[in-house]
Amino acid sequence: MDLNKNTYVFFFSTAMVLVVAALLSFTSIKLKPLQQKNIALENKQNILSSVGIYVSREEADLNYDKYITDSFVLDSDGQKTDIDISSIQLNKETKKPKKEQNMPLFISNINGSEKYIIPLRGTGLWGPIWGYISLDNDMNTVYGAVFDHKAETPGLGAEINRDFFEKPFNGKRIFDIEGDFVSIAVVKGGAKENDYHGVDGISGGTITSDGVTAMLKERLDKYLPYFENKMKENEVNDIMNFIEEDINLNDTINKLN
Amino acid sequence: MSQKKEALFSKKNKKLITDPLDDNNPITVQVLGICSALAITVQLKPAVVMSFSVLFVLSVANVVVSLLRKFIPSRIRIIVFLVVIATLVILVDEVLKAYIFDVSKELSVFVGLIITNCIIMGRLEAFALGNTPWKSFLDGIGNSFGYAWILIAVAFFRELLGSGTLYGYPVLEKLGIYNFGYENNGMMILPPMALVTVGLIIWVQRIRNKKLIEPK
Repeated sequence: MDLNKNTYVFFFSTAMVLVVAALLSFTSIKLKPLQQKNIALENKQNILSSVGIYVSREEADLNYDKYITDSFVLDSDGQKTDIDISSIQLNKETKKPKKEQNMPLFISNINGSEKYIIPLRGTGLWGPIWGYISLDNDMNTVYGAVFDHKAETPGLGAEINRDFFEKPFNGKRIFDIEGDFVSIAVVKGGAKENDYHGVDGISGGTITSDGVTAMLKERLDKYLPYFENKMKENEVNDIMNFIEEDINLNDTINKLN
Repeated sequence: MSQKKEALFSKKNKKLITDPLDDNNPITVQVLGICSALAITVQLKPAVVMSFSVLFVLSVANVVVSLLRKFIPSRIRIIVFLVVIATLVILVDEVLKAYIFDVSKELSVFVGLIITNCIIMGRLEAFALGNTPWKSFLDGIGNSFGYAWILIAVAFFRELLGSGTLYGYPVLEKLGIYNFGYENNGMMILPPMALVTVGLIIWVQRIRNKKLIEPK
């Protein structure tokens, strides 16, 4: 038979494509649930490690229920909404205009103090990068951060998911002394000592590092209304506590008298 | 048609495995697969993972194409190769994502690189299309190992000199070399140094193996 006759070429390619398509879709459909479960568990694992709780992927579910006390979605004014947090896809939210975006937020309780976990999403050199950053209840000091990526260069940009890159974020601040939002930058050539708003970059991974800087600034900026509300609330609470203490003190003094 | 049956590991078949390790190495002699040698030899671990993936894809693709060799129309053979390779790679990726999630994360970016790896294309065209499945399988194994050892050798030097670690383990720090004022050579982690390292390996190989030197 002449293998190069047009009819045969058509027949062969059609058959090949059909077989391959069937094989691939079958595998994809069969394995999808398992893959999604892995991804969901990994997300929980990442949320937990942003507040310093490191667990294996298998134990992520259990610990998530234990440490994450609350999670909800904010609107662009920083008000709570009723939107289901699992329905939020950050890659789609970031493309919307600022006013229409909904921001997911997780709250964790570590040793009696609340930590606010903000999901991040941005772009690196080759593809998306994402992560979680957690703030102390002063809404300023970073408690922990994790990053991950889809396809950054191994050994260079891909290192953003390593401890040596993530750890220096702890204790950094997102507001300056005047209370203005400055975010945290990844500094090429290394951050200066005592720089509260900079961490060391990765040599050879500058574009990914810049992606992290841009992602932090863009994402945290959207939460500012919520932070401000929360800080006011904290201030009021502080004053209330102070007054209460004052009253107690007065009582004691009165009693002594 | 009374052909004498060849033993599974005849001398000729063994040569299919040993040749690509030295005399006919895919990277240093056939000069195929240089792109991936550049991209993923910054550290040992990805290099090892890549080697295993290529081993699987190349040997299976070789067998599949060899089985189909009498049916593939030569006009569209390259497209057929591409489909076979891409299918295998996607299958591997899907299975890894479902069952060995950590390895799949490690692999992520290389999956695309395997599809474009010229070694696979080159071996399908040059060998599998004209040989029996068993021979093609051996050829696949041989070439993957030939590819793997160069990759791992390059990654060894680049990780050790560039980052001071081996397989993520801080060797130089443990040895206390930094106390004498030694510093990691940042240039080693940049792509050009991979080419230079491969060049040095070719140089050493040619000093050792006179067969490779073209007559003047």
